[in-house]
Amino acid sequence: MATGDLALGQEQGSLSARQRVANDFSIIVATVNGSGSQSANSVLLKSIFGMGVPVSGKNLFPSNIAGLPTWYTIRASKYGYVARKRECEVLVALNPETAREDVLNLPTGGVAIYEENLNLKQYRSDVVCYPVPFDKLTAAICPEAKLRKLVKNMVYVGVVAQLLAIDLEVIEKSVKKQFAKKQKVFDLNFGAVKAGHDYAQATFTKQDPYYIEHMGSTTGKIIIDGNAACGMGAVFAGVTVVAWYPITPSTSLIEATTDLLKKLRITPEGKATFAVVQAEDELAAIGMVLGAGWAGARSMTSTSGPGISLMAEFAGLGYFAELPGVIFDVQRTGPATGMPTRTSQADLLPVAFLSHGDTKHVVLLPANVKECFEFSQEAFDLTERLQTPVFVLTDLDLGMNNWMSEPFTYPDKPFDRGKVLTAEDLNRLGGFARYKDVDGDGVGWRTLPGTKHPKAAYFTRGSGHNESAGYTEKPDDYVNLMDRLARKFEGARKLVPAPVVVKDGTSKVGFLAFGTTDFALRESLDQIQAEYGQSVDYVRIRAYPFAQEIHDFVASHERVYVVEQDRDAQLASLLKLDLPGEQAAKLRSILHYNGLPVDARTITEEFATKEGL
Amino acid sequence: MATATPAPKINRIGLPVVEYRGGKSTLCAGCGHNAISERIIDAMFEMGVEPERVIKMSGIGCSSKSPAYFMNRAHSFNSVHGRMPSVTTGALLANSTVQALGVSGDGDTASIGMGQFVHLLRRNLPMIYIIEDNGVYGLTKGQFSATADIGSKLKTGVINDLPAIDTCALAIQLGATFVGRSFSGDKKQLLAMLKAAIAHKGTVMLDVISPCVTFNDHEGSTKSYKFLQEHDEPINEIGFVPSFEDIEVDYDSGEVYDVQMHDGSSLRLRKLREEGYDPTDKIEAVRTLTEAHEKGEILTGVFYVDTRKPTFLDLLNLVDEPLATLPESVTRPSREALDSLMHSLQ
Repeated sequence: MATGDLALGQEQGSLSARQRVANDFSIIVATVNGSGSQSANSVLLKSIFGMGVPVSGKNLFPSNIAGLPTWYTIRASKYGYVARKRECEVLVALNPETAREDVLNLPTGGVAIYEENLNLKQYRSDVVCYPVPFDKLTAAICPEAKLRKLVKNMVYVGVVAQLLAIDLEVIEKSVKKQFAKKQKVFDLNFGAVKAGHDYAQATFTKQDPYYIEHMGSTTGKIIIDGNAACGMGAVFAGVTVVAWYPITPSTSLIEATTDLLKKLRITPEGKATFAVVQAEDELAAIGMVLGAGWAGARSMTSTSGPGISLMAEFAGLGYFAELPGVIFDVQRTGPATGMPTRTSQADLLPVAFLSHGDTKHVVLLPANVKECFEFSQEAFDLTERLQTPVFVLTDLDLGMNNWMSEPFTYPDKPFDRGKVLTAEDLNRLGGFARYKDVDGDGVGWRTLPGTKHPKAAYFTRGSGHNESAGYTEKPDDYVNLMDRLARKFEGARKLVPAPVVVKDGTSKVGFLAFGTTDFALRESLDQIQAEYGQSVDYVRIRAYPFAQEIHDFVASHERVYVVEQDRDAQLASLLKLDLPGEQAAKLRSILHYNGLPVDARTITEEFATKEGL
Repeated sequence: MATATPAPKINRIGLPVVEYRGGKSTLCAGCGHNAISERIIDAMFEMGVEPERVIKMSGIGCSSKSPAYFMNRAHSFNSVHGRMPSVTTGALLANSTVQALGVSGDGDTASIGMGQFVHLLRRNLPMIYIIEDNGVYGLTKGQFSATADIGSKLKTGVINDLPAIDTCALAIQLGATFVGRSFSGDKKQLLAMLKAAIAHKGTVMLDVISPCVTFNDHEGSTKSYKFLQEHDEPINEIGFVPSFEDIEVDYDSGEVYDVQMHDGSSLRLRKLREEGYDPTDKIEAVRTLTEAHEKGEILTGVFYVDTRKPTFLDLLNLVDEPLATLPESVTRPSREALDSLMHSLQ
């Protein structure tokens, strides 16, 4: 045993005497972008999941192909908390550039596993150090020099597994799944895991309190990222036209959609029941989506902030000419290019009112991967029911990270294709007026191009139009049209996903939030309860326009904290536009906008300060 | 004594020409665009196209209003400025069985719409794309567009000092498979060209010079009726024999370039120049257009035809039925498919 590698014996002794910490800590792996650490991180995450421990992973990566620092954090939580935690207790330092900073960020009593020549123990006497000769170990098991950079990552998985007591068999299963069907690749990678494991076993005496212990909390659960879940939803919603332009962090949503379409939507004759087009830009992408929606297809695009800005003009056309189409916005930080690989919720207001004139949009706000799957389907029904573009707002944190979830359930209702008249309907009716509100819900009946009936055609335009779709500049026609559109939007309040009442007890104080803020806020509610003895209510908003329940919730509380991940209190602002003045005055904001997913501690501290606790 | 009104002429699908008409034009009297609308009506009627199978697409501008003035029985989409190509692409993805006819203008195409235009050409999307080209922005009262010739003069005396973009040369270079230029005042040529366009499978790009009587029809303009009448140089004489008609007259084979169209029609281009002209030779086409610019000629005619290149829709390997109306049983994967996906994620 190389006891000489341990930092100052006395402190080590006191550290090891600490209470065992099982299934409640975070790991941070610091590597270099492009070094292929992704597979190793994924194996480690899925192995902890395989141990039955609730787990979440976050990739904090640079906007760069290769060479810049990147971090991956894994949180194991027996309580099921999956939000980012501010502090990570276990560090795997593989990037010399950031190693010093990384080790300085550890809390007292933390753990540093690192390439031995980095000599990190010189910076901290209060953390447990496990230096590992990664390069030497890798060279020994990987004769091919060019593969060593990749294989090295698996060595750290082995070291971590041994130190945290993760079963080697569980790791083996994860590695097997990761490299499905490629026996040689598996052999090489699992060989690396074992080399790390054996080295740690032979070299170190466990000096830290952190352990992964078997739990039964992940049985039957799945792990998936939000982008893949959205894509899967779209495929099960029968999407037929996909037009897109590559942009981080939305690209993988389209890739997942395309992979599934190729897998599930080719006819026995080998023909595609879908079209995926990489457009020349986001202008063209949404143009194609709306053109396809106009012609009756279930169509979608996916983008992020800069793409949303480019889509503004068409979004207004979609609203005004009443065209279906689903637009996913996987939010990243703005303004402008912002930080393309960092998360944000700051597209809410721009999307809600995207385009000039009196334009407003239906926006769905999933908060977890299951809702990504479900709202994605819901979006296609709503867009055809309401004949207006529907936006699904997720973010980089949800979209690009792996999340645990209950398995998705098969949709239990048929598609709602909305109000479409066929040639037979037209025979019966003798004709139709495209924009006439015959049902009182603000939604007219439409026909699809190609409908074989002399009365089927109508003229779609972004200019002023009357009930028969004719050009008009008459004041009354315009007012009628705008009022009908407003009526339709009002009706959407009841059609969009209702808010989730997480907690509505007797508290005078409430929380409102949407999307991924939910992960941290739920944890924060527990912290506030445990540390301040306060039970605070919480309703999670799942769509715009806001449902009546949200008004009721504000009305029944004295103060309502709106927690969101943007600088300008966009959700609170949108609520204030909707609420009567005296209700709007009850809103307070807790804001987080540094590009990292919000953590519970930040919310708790801010809440305590604002409440004077 | 009442005389019997003669029965209106009926086309091959039993429709009179009135069924191809549109609303009353609100463009200026004498606008070239109205003549083009008339030729579209004639061509669609004579070709016996089912009006319900046509989608009329446009962007923004005087030209883009014109789909309201022909074929009321066809669905129409007046979209946003310069973005008609993407909307049409989407519509054709949703329903590949309809025939798309797009009407754009020189501003809508060569300035604000250039990005989408070039990608439309590159994709060889099966549609007819007509530029009603008058060299000026009419609705905003007569600014030069990017197809205005260098040296052309506005009514205000302003001289255009930037070179014109030749949309035909561009279309040929970038992948359109039927490219021609005509003049709204040349009924015969334009009608034949439109009929051939209807028969073609792929992107048809027709630049139709269409004088603006209000802002660009004066002395000094290179897009005026007078200038066109004096400078129009047809490169070939277009004969079009649709698939459903027999070929009656045969030219001397040495004088005619005979192109067999995808639907069995025949496009017969009779040479009008001594040196001849091969409309299937991309390089010759671009060279000829470039030379014409040097000489100050306005060449018209069919410059380029390629009947073999696959269209964008061919490349997508789509089912035959429109994607738009595929039933849920086809587009929603099975419960077992989801179960299996869930299993793989556990």
